[in-house]
Amino acid sequence: MIKLQKIVKELSLEIKCAAHNLDRQVSGGYASDLLSDVMANSKKDNIWITLQIHQNIVGVASLKDLAGIIIVNGRQPEEEALKKAAEENIPIMLTKLPTFEIVGRLYKLGIPGMGDAEEV
Amino acid sequence: MTQEKEITRVQELTYELKVVDVMTADIIAVTPQTSMKELREILRTNRISGTPVVEGNRLVGIVSIEDLIKCLADGEMDVSVQEKMTKKVETFYADEPLVRAVSKFDRYGFGRFPVIERDQGKLVGILTKGDIIEGLLKKLESDFTEEEVRRFRRYRVSQILKDIIADKSALIFQYNVVGQDFSRAGESASALRKTLLYLGLHPQIVRRVAIAAYEAEMNIVIFTKGGQISAYVEPEQIKIEAHDTGPGIPDVERAMQPGFSTAPEWVQELGFGAGMGLPNIKKCVDEMDLISQVGKGTDLKITINIKGRGN
Repeated sequence: MIKLQKIVKELSLEIKCAAHNLDRQVSGGYASDLLSDVMANSKKDNIWITLQIHQNIVGVASLKDLAGIIIVNGRQPEEEALKKAAEENIPIMLTKLPTFEIVGRLYKLGIPGMGDAEEV
Repeated sequence: MTQEKEITRVQELTYELKVVDVMTADIIAVTPQTSMKELREILRTNRISGTPVVEGNRLVGIVSIEDLIKCLADGEMDVSVQEKMTKKVETFYADEPLVRAVSKFDRYGFGRFPVIERDQGKLVGILTKGDIIEGLLKKLESDFTEEEVRRFRRYRVSQILKDIIADKSALIFQYNVVGQDFSRAGESASALRKTLLYLGLHPQIVRRVAIAAYEAEMNIVIFTKGGQISAYVEPEQIKIEAHDTGPGIPDVERAMQPGFSTAPEWVQELGFGAGMGLPNIKKCVDEMDLISQVGKGTDLKITINIKGRGN
């Protein structure tokens, strides 16, 4: 498995909070902007790719025990989201790339999706 | 076994802790102009065996009790410290990991090292072997206390459920959900999840409860003026009841269909109200009962078995 640290470095992500929690192993990836969809289908220790920037993404990531959130399209998360993420110790990372590109690069790094991930 | 583990933890700590974390910041120092006679008094009254020598903020040397003894023997107590001090001083940087300091102590055999700031070279503290031992012990103790507290909490509550003698018993947690307040949405589910983990319930079970509670909470936030979520933790199952006082669901059967949503557009743009909430709940519970009356409110009752399915 690959660590968050490596993903941040390889994809030049900007880390916005919980920078000390990058030691986590990433079990796979999930990309979606529907919170219910992420609630239903993401797996523990997944990295989540979304364009949502409000604080409820932190709630979802915390409830599902996700490894971290990548926000796409150069969007800036809301102040409250960052505050909550820092409290919950969930790394939020930013990229200028749109979802399709960042997912492609993650896949290239060897991050598996649902189809090829082991059941967690 | 245990000992092996503890040794590893101490080694780990020497990587975690920095020199600045364990050093003595309250420094007793002398200037180059201090006489050896004065030095003797300083060492004696403070019960120390050496001090750094500073000029302004800058470290210029180190002088120890051995230097003093030599002067005593040679009858040179009136000379100033700068003539007898060691000028080429080995130092630590404040931000160096402790593990580097430990190996340096071994290599040089000195009793103390001045600690300086990396940028300015300013003297900020002094590090002795005693500081290292004390720092490690303190950290170990606080780790231990935290672990004890956690274990105690977990043990106590999971045991309570087992120890209760009754025909029916349950722990009840109730959360008030404020309608239309997206800034607090999800807090109840989050609090319930943490509570259940403390209770020592299986993470797989807790995950399912959390998803169901989250979706129920979101429905209350999105569509109503507010309500309650109650969780009943029983020995064999967890029941969750979500209650609100309106507006009610006109067509429950349709509401249960994946993708059917009546959420306003602005809510959907936030990524909510995708018509997946109720289907999501259904997917992760063992029993689900939804009763709604338009104008009166909605009651959702769900059950998740602790033993059995998906465990």
